[in-house]
Amino acid sequence: MKSMIRERFAPAIRVSLWLGVCVASTPAARADGPQRIPSIFAPASTPAHSIFGLSMFVLTITGGIFLVVGGLLAFALVRFRARDDDDTSEPPQIYGSTQVELAWTVIPILIVVVLFLTTARIIFAIQDAPKPKDALDVTVVGHQFWWEFRYPKLGIVTANELHVPVGSATYLHLLSADVDHSFWVPQLAGKTDLIPNHPNETWMDPQQTGLYVGQCAQFCGVEHAKMLLRVYVETPEQFAAWVKEQQEPGAQEEQAAAGRHIFETEACTNCHRIAGTAANGTFGPDLTHLMSRATIASGAAMNTPQDLHDWIQNPDHVKPGALMPAMQLGDQQIDELVAYLTTLH
Amino acid sequence: MADQSIPIAGSLDVTPPRREERTRLLEWLHGWVVTVDHKRLGILYVVYAIVFLLIAGAEALAIRLQLAWPNSHFLSPEIYNEMFTMHGTTMVFLVGMMIIFGFANYLVPLMIGARDMAFPRLNAFSFWMSAFGGLLLYYSFIGGFGLYGMGAAPDVGWWAYAPLTAKAFSPGHATDYWALALIVMGFGTLGTAINVIATTLSMRCRGMTLMRMPLFVWLMLVVSGLTLVTITPLTAAQIMLVIDRYLGGHFFDTQAGGSAVIWMHFFWIFGHPEVYVLVLPAFGIASEIIPVFSRKAIFGYPAMVAASVGIAFVSLGVWAHHMFTVGMTSVGNTFFVLSTMLVGIPTGIKIFNWVATVWGGKIRFKVPMLFCLAFLFQFLIAGLTGIMLSVAPWDWQLHNSYFVIAHFHYVLVGAIVFNIFAAIYYWYPKVTGRMLSETLGKWHFWLFFIGFHVTFDTMHWVGFMGMPRSIYTYEADRGWGHLNLIISIGGLIQGIAVLVFAWNMVHSYLRGREAGSDPWDAWTLEWTTPSPPPVYNFAADPVVHSRRPLWDLKHPEDPDWKYEQ
Amino acid sequence: MSAIPVTPGQAAAFTEPWTLPSKGRVGMLSLIIGESAIFTIFVVAYVYYIGKTLYGPTPAILEVPWFNSIALLSSSVTIWLAEREIERGRMRSFAALWGLTVLLGVIFLAGTGVEWHKLIYLDGLTIHTNLFGTTFYSLVGLHATHVVVGLLMLGLVLVFTLTGRIREEHSERVQVLALYWHFVDAVWVVVFTVVYIVGR
Repeated sequence: MKSMIRERFAPAIRVSLWLGVCVASTPAARADGPQRIPSIFAPASTPAHSIFGLSMFVLTITGGIFLVVGGLLAFALVRFRARDDDDTSEPPQIYGSTQVELAWTVIPILIVVVLFLTTARIIFAIQDAPKPKDALDVTVVGHQFWWEFRYPKLGIVTANELHVPVGSATYLHLLSADVDHSFWVPQLAGKTDLIPNHPNETWMDPQQTGLYVGQCAQFCGVEHAKMLLRVYVETPEQFAAWVKEQQEPGAQEEQAAAGRHIFETEACTNCHRIAGTAANGTFGPDLTHLMSRATIASGAAMNTPQDLHDWIQNPDHVKPGALMPAMQLGDQQIDELVAYLTTLH
Repeated sequence: MADQSIPIAGSLDVTPPRREERTRLLEWLHGWVVTVDHKRLGILYVVYAIVFLLIAGAEALAIRLQLAWPNSHFLSPEIYNEMFTMHGTTMVFLVGMMIIFGFANYLVPLMIGARDMAFPRLNAFSFWMSAFGGLLLYYSFIGGFGLYGMGAAPDVGWWAYAPLTAKAFSPGHATDYWALALIVMGFGTLGTAINVIATTLSMRCRGMTLMRMPLFVWLMLVVSGLTLVTITPLTAAQIMLVIDRYLGGHFFDTQAGGSAVIWMHFFWIFGHPEVYVLVLPAFGIASEIIPVFSRKAIFGYPAMVAASVGIAFVSLGVWAHHMFTVGMTSVGNTFFVLSTMLVGIPTGIKIFNWVATVWGGKIRFKVPMLFCLAFLFQFLIAGLTGIMLSVAPWDWQLHNSYFVIAHFHYVLVGAIVFNIFAAIYYWYPKVTGRMLSETLGKWHFWLFFIGFHVTFDTMHWVGFMGMPRSIYTYEADRGWGHLNLIISIGGLIQGIAVLVFAWNMVHSYLRGREAGSDPWDAWTLEWTTPSPPPVYNFAADPVVHSRRPLWDLKHPEDPDWKYEQ
Repeated sequence: MSAIPVTPGQAAAFTEPWTLPSKGRVGMLSLIIGESAIFTIFVVAYVYYIGKTLYGPTPAILEVPWFNSIALLSSSVTIWLAEREIERGRMRSFAALWGLTVLLGVIFLAGTGVEWHKLIYLDGLTIHTNLFGTTFYSLVGLHATHVVVGLLMLGLVLVFTLTGRIREEHSERVQVLALYWHFVDAVWVVVFTVVYIVGR
């Protein structure tokens, strides 16, 4: 299907490659530092590819219309401008012409037919694509303001950072625990909403390993902006290793016992779960393998001991409006807690 | 012949009363409050709208300042969310709706040779309802008392998707003020729409058949009809929301089996035609101004009427193109792709007809015409980006991104606001008796034009680069920083342009050149009256024989009625 | 400041008859179109939520209000007869038929009151009980609100008729008001069908 789409749109893609160059050469794209631009013109998965091809086709047609109509208008403005040496007589009055009206009604109709048929093909190709037997199933639950990822067949629960294998299809079942959210990683697929009481589905089959970023695309409250998403596309071996690690119970290292005690006796356990301990909450992210994630607070901060410390001390400072409360712990208690959390590999 | 003409000149004293003493001032104020004159109400609408244009513009600038740099702390997320919610709600309901109904109020009776609207008291009632709704909305800044301590304005987005609006997720009263204000304004709008329809159908002067009405009047008739069936679903949905919030109802309560999606349907059944409610009057304005400054009759009048009615009808069946990402079936998506693309056909016809009107004319580049010509280019682009968004798979990428923001601002600013400015420059002489300064007008135009393109052209690109809407800040590594800075600079330029405009309004009112009754050498009935027109507009009912009564008069050797029909 | 007279020389003699629709009727029809859209949304919500209630009473507890409905629908006939009477200037029979219309409307409202009393106190169904309660009371209540507004206006006309202030020449205004009452009745046919026939 993918190659079919590519061949079909090959001319359009070639014609519009320079447009892609335009995007790449915008000032921001040349800025310093490592950049992760989630551009819709850099697709890395079949749905995103199909959309890219279609978009180039549509861009070419609409661009053509713009050049023709805009050109005619610009020409008319120059050619028919009133000149200083004109007499005061009025130009000839023309009230209309049925033939002309018919002509410029039929042409748009033809264009619409072409655009519609092309669009319909891609809608069905993406939305009704048959699900491969070996597809990975992931349940995505949107929360204010973080992502929960469940791999039901693998028994894994994690948060904010999705791991999927390269080259095979992953099907995402989209649910919401509270309000509307939207799952969007532009380079992998178009967005699909997570709506309470209204399960949705989307899929992707990334063709290149790497880290792809995205974020919630439906306004969901105060911290909608900091509901970031990371998708790690891994080789099958890396992915298998990640799965094996995630399936382990939570670490229990002696030197972190003090922190673990604080965690289990404070209100942390009401919202968070750490497999193998009494902590079994579901309102917040599962922390069993916290250290396997690069970020905390759904991408609002990095997963370093310092950021963890700040986050626990005053979540509102890191992510104002986040639903995690400040637990009013002393500095030493927080240090012990962080020491415990950093053992959760 | 003399006894057939209408002796308006000097027959009525139109000098405004002097107001030196305080009692005179109070009388003058009282006169404005109790007025049922369509012209005064029209002025009230427009002035009210311009005040809110400045407020909502300031909100937009606050948004742009916050977004100019990544990870900025200029606004807190709470305030930012209030800003964009209030900016959207204000611009749509308090600026857009108010100003188009202001123009309708002022111009429709004059253009069809009537002495007032069909129901003058209903007219005053409608205005004060809408005005009160606006105050109610803004009172939330003081009385909204939301979750975070201070008075809080609504912060759920102007689309207010359920269940974020439920008591559980939006405590406090900000959302209540939002819903109640929209209900109140909805009734005001409904009253005005009824009034405009009754006026156009039942108050026309002799000879003003439907197919001789100026296109502006036609468009206002279509818009009012559309308003009847689009504002009301919003009112119904807001009543449901209020029932949920105050009486513990479950319409949008997903815990009790309610649906979040049905709110989206109800909202967009209103929300999409609402765009046409706003843009069709802009078409009407362009269809009056472009012919006058091209010195030619509008090309294809019947086609323009048919296309307007066609757009209104089709617009009722396209709402779910705002919902391509909510998980409709592939068949449902395909249907709404088709219906949405169909809008392009009548819209295309309109653009072609405007181009054909300009073609072969003698174009005078006065300020109103400059705004209308910019509108033509910008609306062409807005239509084409609309086609892109109607392509459902591409919309899965573009939906809720800055591309969408760019697209609808191209319509709402590039088409509607530009035409509203054109209309103000065009009819200000009629309303006040004085011309707006052409020099300041050109400064206003070019600054606004440049600012507009710097802002909204760039916005398309950040949308392509994956920036979603409604976010109060963004990560530095996304590469959106420089573009956002450019967008914000453009916003600032537009702000300056609007200040030039406001200064022009005031300055020209006091110092402007005398306009006379017909400064633009135009063709519709309002230009037969003195500027400003007397209380009952026409001393005797006019009689018309064609679409351009003043053309017939100025060119008795070649009148329009010989060619029409 | 001179103004321009608007009548060209030649075609000045305007002989064709010039009649326009009554602004009252146009206005009322516009209002009815707008109101229909409000009702459509509430009806759609009701139909969409049929059978989606998760707990509590279901529409099975409803009894079909035949008597009520017949009263309301016959009031459309009596008001139509009253319109004919005022057109012909027979004010006495107009007053009688108009009064009968008001009475039938009141009977309908009273019937609704009895029905709601039973639902609230016997069946324990209120607007916040469940989805059914919310949609039922909203839709039927929205219609009842319109009946109340209609009755207030009909009542005013009745008072003015009895005090002799309404005469034959007001027949068009009375007919415009009657149009609203016909609309309220027509909406009941829809609400009745949806709530008591389809939804039960």
